[in-house]
Amino acid sequence: MAIDLENKMETMTGAKALMTALEKEGVKEVFGLPGGANLPMYDEFSRCNIRHILTRHEQSAAHMADGFGRVSRKPGVCFATSGPGATNILTGIATAQADSAPMVAVTGQVPVAMIGKDAFQESDIIGMANPVVKYAFQPRTASEIPEVVKKGFFIAETGRPGPVLIDIPKDVQTNEAEMVFPDEFKIRGYHPWTDPDMVNIEKAIDMLLNAQKPVILAGGGTIISSAFAELQAIAELLMLPVVTTFKGKGAFPENHPLSLGPIGMHGHAEANRIMSEADCVLAIGTRFSDRSVGTFEAFEKRLNIIHMDVDPAEIGKNQTTQVAVVGDVRASLRIMVKMLMQKAIKQNEENQWLKHVKETKQYWQENLKLHPGEMGAAKILRKLRELLPHQSIVTTEVGQHQMWASLFFDVIQPGTFFSSTGLGTMGWGFPASIGAKVAKPDVHVVDIAGDGSFAMTENSLATAVLEDIPVIVFILNNFTLGMVAQWQRTFYGRRMIGVDQGKCPDYVKLAESYGALGLRAQSMSELDKAIREALSSNVATVIDIPIDPEEDVLPFVAPGTSLADMVLPS
Amino acid sequence: MWAILSLLVENKPGILFKVTHLFRSRNFNIDSISVGVTDNPEYSRMTITTYGDEKQVTQIVKQLDKMIDTIEVKHLDEHKTVYRELSIFKIKLSNANDSMEINKLANAYGGKVHDVRKESIMVELTATPDQIRAFEELAKPFGIIDVARTGVAALERTGA
Repeated sequence: MAIDLENKMETMTGAKALMTALEKEGVKEVFGLPGGANLPMYDEFSRCNIRHILTRHEQSAAHMADGFGRVSRKPGVCFATSGPGATNILTGIATAQADSAPMVAVTGQVPVAMIGKDAFQESDIIGMANPVVKYAFQPRTASEIPEVVKKGFFIAETGRPGPVLIDIPKDVQTNEAEMVFPDEFKIRGYHPWTDPDMVNIEKAIDMLLNAQKPVILAGGGTIISSAFAELQAIAELLMLPVVTTFKGKGAFPENHPLSLGPIGMHGHAEANRIMSEADCVLAIGTRFSDRSVGTFEAFEKRLNIIHMDVDPAEIGKNQTTQVAVVGDVRASLRIMVKMLMQKAIKQNEENQWLKHVKETKQYWQENLKLHPGEMGAAKILRKLRELLPHQSIVTTEVGQHQMWASLFFDVIQPGTFFSSTGLGTMGWGFPASIGAKVAKPDVHVVDIAGDGSFAMTENSLATAVLEDIPVIVFILNNFTLGMVAQWQRTFYGRRMIGVDQGKCPDYVKLAESYGALGLRAQSMSELDKAIREALSSNVATVIDIPIDPEEDVLPFVAPGTSLADMVLPS
Repeated sequence: MWAILSLLVENKPGILFKVTHLFRSRNFNIDSISVGVTDNPEYSRMTITTYGDEKQVTQIVKQLDKMIDTIEVKHLDEHKTVYRELSIFKIKLSNANDSMEINKLANAYGGKVHDVRKESIMVELTATPDQIRAFEELAKPFGIIDVARTGVAALERTGA
């Protein structure tokens, strides 16, 4: 390797340039799986300080990078080979895009001269990935690689974060070139920062002060921008009840007196009730997903909507807003806090609306009917909350258990709860928990799982064990694709088709076969013991908790209806 | 409403695909599209015409603006814009007078006549889409064999 210090130029291969550029971005770990078209890049692991974490499927590598990215707020990196390797990570990329998670995915591609010839393991991954990435690059010469990586990380982590794909043909990896690693670059069509509009923030304050029944709706953007302190300050200064979207769950401490928890299809009864009665909402970092707000028309009908978001394309997309504040929501909220302090605005706790909010919250906390059995979902998740330290990170799979977690697992420390909320990707939670644990090795990481979803990526147990990443998989096992079963019970006359998972596999034995710790809890005392054992275990642990397959997730807002039409447990 | 959108984009492979794909995935329709490189070879200009209510048009402009490869996106006010489309008509000649009649018609619309044959005549017409449609209506009775249209190209006038 020749180094020209004057011009910062070094002659090296594209593969070496990639790894050097990754190191310059501070990358310490890469999740991936090798194959023919990315071998030159893999060879470089023998000559650099980046740790490679081998997965058993490329989809899991992408979910691990996603989990890593959400927790560390820096792009997680995953590697896959061309063809099927690349198509396997597509689900992971789409998941990250739907939830605005920073990620850089690097795929191998067939040599430039073979592109378009239907070569072995060739796939047009750029074409396929385009709709589900924030941006995609395919460098055609080795010398482009340093700048592509620099731009890729910048795009992935700024503004509204998202996944970036870098697809590198094999000869571009092996070709040598004089490399310049730029400190600066220009992307003409990308302006991720907008200064929040002060006038509109003033308007927002006026609107909130003049409202009779105001609420805050905190979305995922609140968590992405870490606006926790700012959110709490505004809630306390204006004495506003706080509801969240599911993605925003835990943006606000759920044990706070003003917290009502998530709204939505499986939102908290008190949150859906209060949201349905409100006349003004400060919506922070949310895209008003149909799962959160029900029908768009019913939601916006009675409401003055103040919408803060970093993405101007979200303003007015699903909801007509009265006041829009475009910009990083943390920056916007900071300005709002400052203005409130300057004007010495501090609302009194004693008002009719807040009294009503508190009564509603208390009513539902005392009166929501729960499963009568010893091993009902609420009891199980509350036990986990009781024993799990507040700074621990929780991921979920997708299904009933996920919605039970939303209902019954309170997030106390903001920004410790992550889920595939947008795409709803089964199999996300376990590999994401591994990525989360790599990002934050000092805290416990628990994947709240269902048997159906866990089964999709359970082979990541090999990664957790071999790479010494001791996460806890907490399976609420109803031996069923539970959410589908619930819909079949509710909407399809109990015709149960394609949902029975049987008692297969035995998750304790499965865990043991991978060298993980497998525990089963069939009573509350066994559960207590199992959680404690898992928390002190230094290997990955699976806790299998058999539950009643007939237990439904309630309350439930049926699709196409409004939050006020919530179905309650009878 | 009918809207003319003008996009300044990076002149790189794959951008047309991304732009048209965005219309498809966001459930908008493209009425016409024309693309050409600008005086600066790093950029291309795309002119897209589309139909939608005001909210839809605002939304597609925002989505296009969000694309990293678009430098500038404008919804042009058609009253402050020069916009034209090139069209070529191949029209049947059945009667002795047809050729003369079509010539007159073409002249009235500022069109040019090309390739006069015994059984057909070709007319090149550069005009607004409305004028092209009007010409088409008048040419129909003669029998239109084929039409090729380029889609609208547009630039805003300077000043108010």
